Amino acid sequence: MTMDRKRQLGETVVHGIFLTLGLVTVGCVLLITVYLVASGIPAIRQIGLAPFLLGDTWESTAAQPSYGILPFILTSVYGTAGAILFGVPVGFFAAVYLAKLAPTQVRSIVEAAVSLLAGIPSVVYGLVGMLVLVPGIRALFHVPDGASLLAAIIVLAIMILPSIIKVSITALEAVPKEYEDASLALGATPIETWFRVSVPAARSGIAAAVVLGVGRAIGEAMAVMMVSGNVPNMPALFESVRFLTTAVASEMAYSGGLQRQALFSIALVLFLFIMLINAALNFFLKRDKEG
Amino acid sequence: MKKSVSLMLAAVLALSVMAGCAQKTSGAVTTDGSTSMEKVIGALGEAFEAENSGVTFTYNPTGSGSGIQAALEGRCDIGLSSRALKEDEKSSGLTETILALDGIAVIVNPGNPVSDLDVDTIAKIFTGEITNWKDAGGHDAEIVLIGREAGSGTRDGFESITGTADNCQYRQELTSTGDVITAVSQNPDAIGYASLASVKDTVRAVTVGGVAPTEDTVKDGSYVIQRPFVLVTKTDAPLSEAAQRFFDFATSPDAAGLISGAGAVAVH
Repeated sequence: MTMDRKRQLGETVVHGIFLTLGLVTVGCVLLITVYLVASGIPAIRQIGLAPFLLGDTWESTAAQPSYGILPFILTSVYGTAGAILFGVPVGFFAAVYLAKLAPTQVRSIVEAAVSLLAGIPSVVYGLVGMLVLVPGIRALFHVPDGASLLAAIIVLAIMILPSIIKVSITALEAVPKEYEDASLALGATPIETWFRVSVPAARSGIAAAVVLGVGRAIGEAMAVMMVSGNVPNMPALFESVRFLTTAVASEMAYSGGLQRQALFSIALVLFLFIMLINAALNFFLKRDKEG
Repeated sequence: MKKSVSLMLAAVLALSVMAGCAQKTSGAVTTDGSTSMEKVIGALGEAFEAENSGVTFTYNPTGSGSGIQAALEGRCDIGLSSRALKEDEKSSGLTETILALDGIAVIVNPGNPVSDLDVDTIAKIFTGEITNWKDAGGHDAEIVLIGREAGSGTRDGFESITGTADNCQYRQELTSTGDVITAVSQNPDAIGYASLASVKDTVRAVTVGGVAPTEDTVKDGSYVIQRPFVLVTKTDAPLSEAAQRFFDFATSPDAAGLISGAGAVAVH
């Protein structure tokens, strides 16, 4: 009887500890959300939603300041799309190779390399980009300066590779072996089997990998800040551009008044983008479980 | 000259008075203003606090304009400004004491043949009126302008001295002096600006109107792209005891080493 009660008490205490720890996370998310909304709304109200989102000039410190963030939004969208365009094919085929074709030894070496790639701090990507990629683009394309949207896209494409490869491998490995055996038994070649059976069966997981890559690319600040030039121009491949993230990061230190509030509003817009991406991710993962 | 002598006398007097009592003045020194002076004020404040236990030193980086305003309204002991006071600011009851000078070097890639530019040409280059190096005495190549982010003290100083405020057609806006230097060192056609103390061998500082930027030319005023770091105080209201001690410490020759260590040219 006393043993039972003691045990029950222990259970309750542990339960309580876990609950508290869980609530800390939820509390942080709530705190950030509330703070971001509360500090992001005033500037949008003052500037006006349409001029803020659709204005094409950002001159936050001019005598007549204008706060239009369309260049940042478009740059973030184009930059992320470009990174996906380069990064997804490479990551996808690498994942198929590693999951299905590669000998065990090759696989363990490449997987270790991919993990290492995921662990490199973004400032290092930025630094290498600044010293190698930017001068490289300048020489290769004969443009006056290499710091551009293209440089940012290439850096981002490399940065999202690990998440795409790892999540895709997991998805491909989760495909039941019977599917593949059945396909092979019906006379399909291994290549046909992987692309007609394994990949379609894993498509939700692969879609989740892409969405994860999008999330990583749109939220990156440090690396793109060092290679993209940071001028609030409308995006073009060889133009110096500023992302949503870098718009906040580059001006926050010295800002004040409406300028600072507007930076919070940019962060709010970025936050909404990431919420959308997370919703998409949840959608794919859920479908994966059901399917 | 006369002013500095009297200041020095005042400092000596103040110190001798203080030498009498124990080194236990308590109180607070509040400063407010220029973000460019962060390193200098940080170094001075730290040393001051170390020497005077019990005195707390605070620095509020709000920008020169609000620092001057805060000094005028008595919201801080000493205002910090990285530009000289205007006439109307002086006549409203404020006194400026130049603490140090900061030179801004105009830097190009070491491979660039251009070695001298005058302020007028520099302004034309940064506003996009001259876009090719051949119009400024160099090769036939497009000029790439590297600058700092909006709000940077160096950018503000450079643009106000060259008269290019809000008109610079930057190709890159980077967030640190180090990044500007790296970017210029990587692009043979780039031109940028950086605080004199930070300039390294990877880039070359051009002479401005024939004058090379050095500690001496900044000090004697012949290098024009420079700005003063100013302590702003009220003309008729005396400083608190702790604030006066900080003021005397900052303007004493002892502080010169700290000021140069923080990258500025000490004047006292």
